[in-house]
Amino acid sequence: MPHPPGTPQDLSQPRYLRVFLTFARNSLIRDLTFPTNFLFQCLTSVSWTMMNVGFYLIIFQYAPTIGENTGWRREEFFLFLSTTWFINSLVQAFFMPNAEEFSELIRTGGLDFALLKPIDTQFLISFRRMEWSSLANFVAGLIIAIISLVEIARRPEQVGWVVTPLTIALYLFYLGCGVAIMYSLMITLSATSIWLGRNQTLYDFWFYITNFSRYPMEIYQRGWGWGLWGFFTFAIPVLVVVNVPARLLARPLDPRAWWEWPLAGFAVLATVVSLLASRWVFRTALGSYRSASS
Amino acid sequence: MNRALHFARETTLADRIRTWWVILRISLEERLVYRGDFALGTLMRFLPIITQIFLWGAIFQSAIGHDAGSAGAQNPSAVPQTATSQIALGGYRFDDMVAYYLMTMIARAFSSMPGLSSGIASQIRQGEIKRYLIQPVDFIGFLLLQRLAHKVAYYSVALLPFALVFFLCRNYFVDGWPEPGRLIAFVASLMIGFLIGFFLEATIGMIGFWFLEVSSLLFIYMLGSFFLSGHMFPLTLLPDWIEWLVQMLPLKYLAYFPAAVFLGKIPADELPQEMLIQAAWLGFFIILCRFTYAAGIRRYSGFGG
Repeated sequence: MPHPPGTPQDLSQPRYLRVFLTFARNSLIRDLTFPTNFLFQCLTSVSWTMMNVGFYLIIFQYAPTIGENTGWRREEFFLFLSTTWFINSLVQAFFMPNAEEFSELIRTGGLDFALLKPIDTQFLISFRRMEWSSLANFVAGLIIAIISLVEIARRPEQVGWVVTPLTIALYLFYLGCGVAIMYSLMITLSATSIWLGRNQTLYDFWFYITNFSRYPMEIYQRGWGWGLWGFFTFAIPVLVVVNVPARLLARPLDPRAWWEWPLAGFAVLATVVSLLASRWVFRTALGSYRSASS
Repeated sequence: MNRALHFARETTLADRIRTWWVILRISLEERLVYRGDFALGTLMRFLPIITQIFLWGAIFQSAIGHDAGSAGAQNPSAVPQTATSQIALGGYRFDDMVAYYLMTMIARAFSSMPGLSSGIASQIRQGEIKRYLIQPVDFIGFLLLQRLAHKVAYYSVALLPFALVFFLCRNYFVDGWPEPGRLIAFVASLMIGFLIGFFLEATIGMIGFWFLEVSSLLFIYMLGSFFLSGHMFPLTLLPDWIEWLVQMLPLKYLAYFPAAVFLGKIPADELPQEMLIQAAWLGFFIILCRFTYAAGIRRYSGFGG
């Protein structure tokens, strides 16, 4: 039963959605204050993406697939890439600016003010600022995904569309899981700056770790790559972030290799565990926070 | 008057060397403050190489299957393992490709100039540059020495991680060390690459005299240079007509060229000519940098202290 506004219940229970929307709106206003700059930021992030497209177009001049018998042909692989961009652009738009600000807040003692506010600190720290221009890559990914899907549908051996409403639903669900895993990793890394003071290297670390998520997992499945595959699937589950949703979209749901559905199940588990673990790290780190201000 | 002039001339060279030495030493000490973080950061920079090894492994594997398939083989997976070392994409075998990425890391360690352009632009914007107009220190010379010190500091710390990674990856260098001539050419190309990188980025920084904010311009340059310098992949993989164009640009001297020299991918008879072209580009950028600086100074007006 909804409480009428102004009652004590209403005060003790902040409306997270409304706060989030206010944050998003404020950030949009801030970003659009300098429209040319905003447009330029969009363009630069898209041009980076386009360079990657160029690189892989060159690769596919030489090889029909990424890895032999993996099924990652050009169009399938571009679906993989757009999945990467969806997840990365969401993480960059929502969490990256906040994680960067977080370590500054710790260093300057500004975290005191965040702790005093009557709202969950992790929520406040995670969603304060949004970078809308990063979503330009989301749009670029969408265009490339649509082109790839049309290309696959037009193949002579392909009957009808690969995607069904169920695929789309599963895909969106796993995109969400992917974003959640990336978010957990980022908040964990930024929470460690409470202990370390400053962590420029840790952000590089984030970049280098997520670098492993950007390729189909088959490429690691040989020789000593199995060790990496195991580590980045089970210890730090960044390999399932893009791989699970991308596989769902790139191929029909049936038939599938025996390990694919267990992997998809594992991805859900990994998401839940990552979120809980990052929450725990965040709270523990807050416990050791000593204000930097006088 | 005459005596003063004479005095000034007499002390110029010794003074200059002393000045240079002091600048170099101060910058060196400045850079070595955070050496632990620095060494760790350098080691981590090699992590993407691991994914590159696996990515290219997969690409070569399927390129071989493709090759064998089009040659009429019944079972592409039956291709002997030795084929991996034989097939070449753009003149690079699989091992060469990994070695190439490692070598571009060295080339970039010489030619990349983090913070140079933006630093110059911010000095122009904030008026710090007028210091150099008054003091008897040449601005570009000062920056060059500072950069040299940064690089020396960087190498002294980065040497260990670099040596470790190259030792672990030594098997990718299938042809072993290049012969002395090529090695000399390689070292020279690294040095000239450093100078080209410096004067090119300094020139971009000088644009700050005309536009106050160069960060967007710089970003475009960074993107273009990542792709066109060969940092992302060997330029010979490009389609012929694009490669022809890119080979004409000076950006390849920042990453592709030194690596290709070391791996023997530049034919011996073309090497002297290529080196001359590289030196000519350096001359071009020195003149361009001096010219834009002089033109910028004429435009510049400084107020207050």
